[in-house]
Amino acid sequence: MSTAGSALAVVGPGLDLQSSFTSAMEGFGLSQGTAHLLWLPLPMLLVLVAAVIGVLVNVWLERKISAAVQQRIGPEYAGALGVLQPMADGLKLLFKEDVIPRRADGLLFTLGPVLVLVPVILSWLVVPFGQNLLISDVGIGVFLWIALSSIQPIGLLMSGYASNNKYSLLGGLRAAAQSISYEIPLALAVLAVVMMSNSLSTVDIVNQQSGAGILSWNIWRQPVGFLIFWICALAECERLPFDLPEAEEELVAGYQTEYAGMKFALFYLGSYINLVLSALLVAVLYLGGWGFPIPVEWLAGAIGQSVDAPLVQLITGSLGIVMTVLKAYLLVFIAILLRWTLPRVRIDQLLDLGWKFLLPIALVNLLVTAGLKLAFPAFFGG
Amino acid sequence: MTIASVTQLICFVALSLTLVVGSLGVVLLPNIVYSAFLLAGVFLSVAGLYLMLNASFVAAAQVLVYVGAVNVLILFAIMLVNKKEEMAEIPGLLLRRVLSGAVCLGLFLLILRVDLTTPWAVPGPAPLADDSALLIGIHLFSDYLLPFELASVLLLMAMIGAIVLARRDVFSSDVITGEPADQGLLEKERTPLLLESTAGETTLLEKV
Repeated sequence: MSTAGSALAVVGPGLDLQSSFTSAMEGFGLSQGTAHLLWLPLPMLLVLVAAVIGVLVNVWLERKISAAVQQRIGPEYAGALGVLQPMADGLKLLFKEDVIPRRADGLLFTLGPVLVLVPVILSWLVVPFGQNLLISDVGIGVFLWIALSSIQPIGLLMSGYASNNKYSLLGGLRAAAQSISYEIPLALAVLAVVMMSNSLSTVDIVNQQSGAGILSWNIWRQPVGFLIFWICALAECERLPFDLPEAEEELVAGYQTEYAGMKFALFYLGSYINLVLSALLVAVLYLGGWGFPIPVEWLAGAIGQSVDAPLVQLITGSLGIVMTVLKAYLLVFIAILLRWTLPRVRIDQLLDLGWKFLLPIALVNLLVTAGLKLAFPAFFGG
Repeated sequence: MTIASVTQLICFVALSLTLVVGSLGVVLLPNIVYSAFLLAGVFLSVAGLYLMLNASFVAAAQVLVYVGAVNVLILFAIMLVNKKEEMAEIPGLLLRRVLSGAVCLGLFLLILRVDLTTPWAVPGPAPLADDSALLIGIHLFSDYLLPFELASVLLLMAMIGAIVLARRDVFSSDVITGEPADQGLLEKERTPLLLESTAGETTLLEKV
């Protein structure tokens, strides 16, 4: 706790929109409870909108980058450079007929995509964009994300089973097997970071990396953990080279085979929100979160301003949001490039990689981190 | 009543209802896949109740272990052996059901009596909030170390048992030669079958 306290003293309180909002509402003559009630839906709506816009950007990037990789032009008629293409895609899905196969299980068929999407959106609860810019700084932080992401395979199994189609069932089973195999090295990689920052809270993890700008980011102290986390995050998102559950050449479209219209759109949204979320979490855990490569305190000191001045706070807050999104989208770019350059692995190679390679490496990484933490408490968070 | 207490009441009623109805569904539904999915709902509502008791770490662990691992594996097993077979008629099914129902009802009444006669401390102990993970860790490595280690030994035994059951061939020996019948030998045994069939085909061809 003492490290978190000292880090807080370094960073400063930052923007606190909630207290400003409630005090402004109280200024209008509302009671404190009503002001709080008015505040509550705002961050949730904001994050939901941010997640959906993030997906739209992601889809556009995917189309443009894949086009560039294959030396095509990509979408160009819908809006400038085709930026409206994802909107057109979404509208098309919205107006498509909602088909439920006759022999399918209607209830489970409908519930499946919902169960896939809801945990992913819930996980945005713990993604910080600044010292106070997150929905809830819950104490269990990243653990909540790991727990929530383990619900997703149930939705996949459900839709795979309910579709009453052998490709769907196989896709659902593959998704579940893949998700279980890669959750363990993922959790172990996170555990090493958590051990260094003495806290599960995402805000504390970022604060622990904010001492000396880019030099204090966790990626230098946890290079192996970073790679393990990134591979496992790609596998959890079912991105190539790990997109076996929906491998076109073998399984048509896996568990999505029978889905059309908005239900398919839920899967689509879910997978892209999950990709953005994973990229954001890599940025938070390993790339210093909202931190600028050069600490903003030094910059503010260089131009002779206090960090607590309102204007400086506004600028640092905006800079924090920009940095988080920038880091996340850099990782999304790498994920998209990987998708269009790497071939797909086989299911046995996938499970071998998960259980026989990543798991032992992750355990060794955890052990080495623990040893280094004991040996050099100053560098590895004593 | 404040907003917080009303929300808490609504959450409690909703969670308890899903818990009770869901667990009845797990036991009573004839379709085993529905039971398994409902079980996930039951585990989730238990996690919700933990959350309402300010035990957020336990709630997340509940979701991770029971929903994410146990339930997914149950579903996995059900779907891998997804055979629609007609069960043989069990004699005296009605009597069995009445008897087991009576046993369950008796247990329920017993628990209800314990619940009503115990002098519960209201309000309970103060919540630990975010320190709970820390304190659980301290307890696991001090006064609860032995039960913790015993539980892990138990899990190890279960795992080895599962491996023995799954790969029984490794531990058995060949009947004729007395050599250990490992995977390679089993595959060797299979090859002559293939050869025989091809030999049969060639003889057929020769006859033609």
